[in-house]
Amino acid sequence: MSAVRKLTLAGAAALVAAPLLLHVLEQDFYVGLASRIMIYAIAATSLNLILGYGGMVSFGHAAFLGAGAYTVGILMAEGVTSAWIAWPAAVGIAALFALVIGAISLRTRGVYFIMITLAFAQMMYYIFVSLKAYGGEDGLNLATRSGVGFGLDLKDDLTFYYLVLAALLATLYGMHRLVHARFGRVIEAIRENETRMEAVGFPTYRYKLVCFVIAGAVCGLAGALLANQANFVSPRLLDWIQSGSLMIMVILGGIGYLYGGVIGAFALLALEEALSAYTIYWQLPVGIVLLAAVLLAPRGLAGIFGRSVPAREAANG
Amino acid sequence: MSGILILEQTLNGLQFGLMLFLLAAGLTLVFGIMDMINLAHGSLYMVGAYLMATFVQATGSFVLALALAVAGTAVIGMLLEVSLFRRLYQRDHLTQVLATFAVILIANELVRLVFGSQPVLLNTPAALSGPVDLLPGLAYSSYRLLIIAVGLAVALLLYLLVAKTRTGMLVRAGASNREMATAMGVNIRTLFTFVFGVGAGLCAIAGAMLGPILAVQVGMGESILILAFVVIVIGGIGSIRGALVGALLVGIVDTIGRAFLPALFREFLPPAYASNLGPAVASILIYVLMAAVLFWKPQGLFPARG
Repeated sequence: MSAVRKLTLAGAAALVAAPLLLHVLEQDFYVGLASRIMIYAIAATSLNLILGYGGMVSFGHAAFLGAGAYTVGILMAEGVTSAWIAWPAAVGIAALFALVIGAISLRTRGVYFIMITLAFAQMMYYIFVSLKAYGGEDGLNLATRSGVGFGLDLKDDLTFYYLVLAALLATLYGMHRLVHARFGRVIEAIRENETRMEAVGFPTYRYKLVCFVIAGAVCGLAGALLANQANFVSPRLLDWIQSGSLMIMVILGGIGYLYGGVIGAFALLALEEALSAYTIYWQLPVGIVLLAAVLLAPRGLAGIFGRSVPAREAANG
Repeated sequence: MSGILILEQTLNGLQFGLMLFLLAAGLTLVFGIMDMINLAHGSLYMVGAYLMATFVQATGSFVLALALAVAGTAVIGMLLEVSLFRRLYQRDHLTQVLATFAVILIANELVRLVFGSQPVLLNTPAALSGPVDLLPGLAYSSYRLLIIAVGLAVALLLYLLVAKTRTGMLVRAGASNREMATAMGVNIRTLFTFVFGVGAGLCAIAGAMLGPILAVQVGMGESILILAFVVIVIGGIGSIRGALVGALLVGIVDTIGRAFLPALFREFLPPAYASNLGPAVASILIYVLMAAVLFWKPQGLFPARG
């Protein structure tokens, strides 16, 4: 068994056991926090797919988080509470947005791609701000969590935690399969040398677009989960700071490493939580830690620990 | 919708556009010469506004405070360049985004530590607080006129600096081809510290002049930073002329859109839709503009690199 596989199993086991341990320690509050972190881990992992493997530096990934969250929120406001309808709808809507945004944005490259994805996310941000019927700038409270049936009640934080954990593991497994399949190889090859791949005969634009849509769809699922976790959606989910945070999770965790998004989400959000308990000025130490990480660990945290899969740093803009 | 109203809003747009230009000019040079994404540019704008508020209180003179704020911010900018940004030029864009994002967090918290979370009060100078009659029926804020005058003067100075001086020639050489300029013996390192200082100073002018109109508060830099990025992308990265055209375009389109679109929508649509749609379309107008420009001219309106 390889070291990575051992670590994977150990990590999964730790996440399965964590709520029980927290319960014994009477720290049940942290179950909710852990759910939130794992949801962000899903979102960051989806961004890592296009950023790390595809070399597409999207600065507007929060748009898909918001699209998924608002789909659940709006459906619930209209009386649709079943997860079986709302969650696939969230994934579908996010994928649809990703298809439109990607189709236009992928015609540009480099810095211009960064800026145009940002522009689209900003457009969606302002559209949701102006949706007065669904809360506008103040956001929208969800009456309840989505219902899944089978005797499971997501309003129970523990049940919700395990559902999110299952979604995270499924996302990671799917991503693992995807990047090791032919599709993933093609995507990585396009990142390395798009002109050559085009010359060899691959429809590179279509490959990139499919990759972009997959990432958007997965992020939409994270958005649906996040709306349920917080019982609240607001335009702040689509803020460019949010897109920036997702990017930071990926860069901090390790670009192009399977677990980069997970490690980054855990590191950033746990750091925020721990520091905010001690000082209201917690952004200051977070900023300093980020700066140190950039200067001292250029390949991210995963790069310090793992030697395997040293996917090249994402294409330079 | 009278002509007077349109004229007034155009002046507002011009004023906003010129201030955007001051921000975008520094950003586009940093971006163009060193190929560096500096998200912390908005933080220098914030620092400039806070320094202005402090110096106005300390000295009581608007002009003196402006000079001190600009000089102070320029020094801070150059220190930041020498200590940190230099290490980032050779790194990829992603790393630059992460590092300068960290600088935003640090700058915001430092300002909050020193000045507190409440917005700081910065008044217009007493002599300029009233309106002046530009035309019969058009009374316009004299302070906004001052902003337009300062913006035009700085734009002219910057044009002379970039187009007519030896330093400006080196800057243009660096923006169009950095390697070639280095090979021809230009000391890009020193040049760039200088450019960064100028950019920071321009930020401070914008922050100081807009301070009395907008709120001087933590986070003021972030919202305007995105607009500055939109401006330089529309104008073409690295081009000062592009930044000016882009800034005026964004300033006027944004202001006019916000002023007239909601009313226009009310003319044609049921009120329920219009009240939602008007502000939304007005807000996204500049992003639509940018997407459209990028679609037809992927390098911006005035590409700096040939």
